[in-house]
Amino acid sequence: MSKQLKPGQGPLDYARRPWIMTLFAGVLVFLYAPIASLIAFSFNVDKSGVWHGFTFMNYVKAWHNEAIFYALSNSITIAILSTIFSTIFGAMTALALWRFKFPFKNAYEGFMTLPIVVPEICMGISLAMFFSYTGMMAGVRDWLWPFNLINIIFAHIAFCFPFVAVVVRARLQGFNRQLEEASKDLGATETQTFMNVLVPFMVPSLVAGGLLAFTLSLDDFVITLFSSGPGSVTFPVKIYGMVKRGVDMQINAASTILIVITLAATLLAMKLQAPNKSGH
Amino acid sequence: MDDWKDFRRVFLTLASPGSLWMLIFFIIPMTFLFVLSFSSKAIINGETSTTAYAYFSTFDNYFASAGTSYLVLLWRAIWTSAIATFVCLVLAYPLALAVCFAPPRWRPIMLLLLILPFWINLLICTYAMYSIFRSTGVVNQALGLVGLGPYEMLNNTTAVIMGLVYVYLPFMILPLYSTIEKLDRSFLEASLDLGASQARTFWSVTWPLTLPGVITGIILVYIPCLGTFLTSDILGGPNNWTIGNAIQNQFLEANNWPFGAALSFILMYATFIALIIRAVVARRSKGVDA
Repeated sequence: MSKQLKPGQGPLDYARRPWIMTLFAGVLVFLYAPIASLIAFSFNVDKSGVWHGFTFMNYVKAWHNEAIFYALSNSITIAILSTIFSTIFGAMTALALWRFKFPFKNAYEGFMTLPIVVPEICMGISLAMFFSYTGMMAGVRDWLWPFNLINIIFAHIAFCFPFVAVVVRARLQGFNRQLEEASKDLGATETQTFMNVLVPFMVPSLVAGGLLAFTLSLDDFVITLFSSGPGSVTFPVKIYGMVKRGVDMQINAASTILIVITLAATLLAMKLQAPNKSGH
Repeated sequence: MDDWKDFRRVFLTLASPGSLWMLIFFIIPMTFLFVLSFSSKAIINGETSTTAYAYFSTFDNYFASAGTSYLVLLWRAIWTSAIATFVCLVLAYPLALAVCFAPPRWRPIMLLLLILPFWINLLICTYAMYSIFRSTGVVNQALGLVGLGPYEMLNNTTAVIMGLVYVYLPFMILPLYSTIEKLDRSFLEASLDLGASQARTFWSVTWPLTLPGVITGIILVYIPCLGTFLTSDILGGPNNWTIGNAIQNQFLEANNWPFGAALSFILMYATFIALIIRAVVARRSKGVDA
């Protein structure tokens, strides 16, 4: 080769090609500009799209807006409760799939991932009909909060736990079953082995799966829209209603709060899932 | 792996909560939706009932949905999603390639930057798009500074496609990244060493070897695009409704549930056809992959 290559000019250094770098920057602008502008305008003084000065008023107003506050507390309650149950159900399903051979196992496994692939709107309306036919839609309306949210919680568990099962199963794949045998050889019972050997091994995936379920539940709009009866509004459903009525900077403030909560949960999950932190 | 027969009680305890939940909140509602799609509103004493249905009484819902106006909506969903998926692929492939071939210490942060929006609420993303592209939005203001516009950028198909790309781009980047990362670089080096051009190397080596990731990405983007109703509702307006909007409308406003049920099963069939195509193509491409 006659000319000396500088670092970054090698034939496989695709990341340093000017056109790819330009594309990368362009896509980042495309991805982040709308969100950045949404967050920026949550601090705008008035509701026109023109910048008129900095204020926290929109946050204060959103906080004191009872409908928004109620929707947000609904969303968080639903997310916490459905996370707890989805994590338990997901972990149990993953354990059953990982440990046992049983007839029609492949079919069962495929069937358990159906809520992940079926269009959300189909699942949403099937649940809506189910709830109104069984009388659950009208029946729970007058129950005490948070029991009036029970339909939404049931629906959220149904689409969240398969995701947890996938995450936990992936982690279990790396478990060395000789550890279990060693524990039993040393005199531990089945239960002790489970609690002291297997569960600690599963913990990172339980946390990661749980946080995934939390963000899925907190963010869900489509299924909630259909399965929520009158009166039980969640945060995304409330935002949808406000968006349909026009632009209002309180939406921006409320959305910014939701973005911050979700991103914090996500970054935490990623940190916990990072290979060097999970004891590999 | 243990046989379930040796540990019946443990197996049943572990498997039953998930199975039961799926049965009650997925299988039963879906079966019911399926039955309803072949039903009509019952006529009691000469009046059409609002709550009772005559089950398995008709195929009309499917034929009514096959009427031209609904075929248009389905067809629009199919091709809008196809264009959005294609744009995602064209953008995501070079980006995934760049991330995989970047110096190792940049890789996690580059990937994170590209997929972080994936975690932001779909509705918020769509609203953000709406607020910057509306006629008094930031983009038109910026154009106004240089004496252009304001242009009407929303309520057209391009806006819908742009919104879909915005929301689903990370779904394409992730599978592409994980396939390209596993790609053995010595194949590329060998191809280049033996005198093939970059383009030839790409089309004869890189692309075929990463095809499984491409297919997964296409499915992950195409299926949610098909069922979308939020993007077409907020960015597209009534003239750009797709089948998702029609389903929503039948349930929340028009109150014709059997017809809505038939529409959503048409969407499900379309989804399953896409999944089957993926399985077939994936099996065929295994020969190249091996």
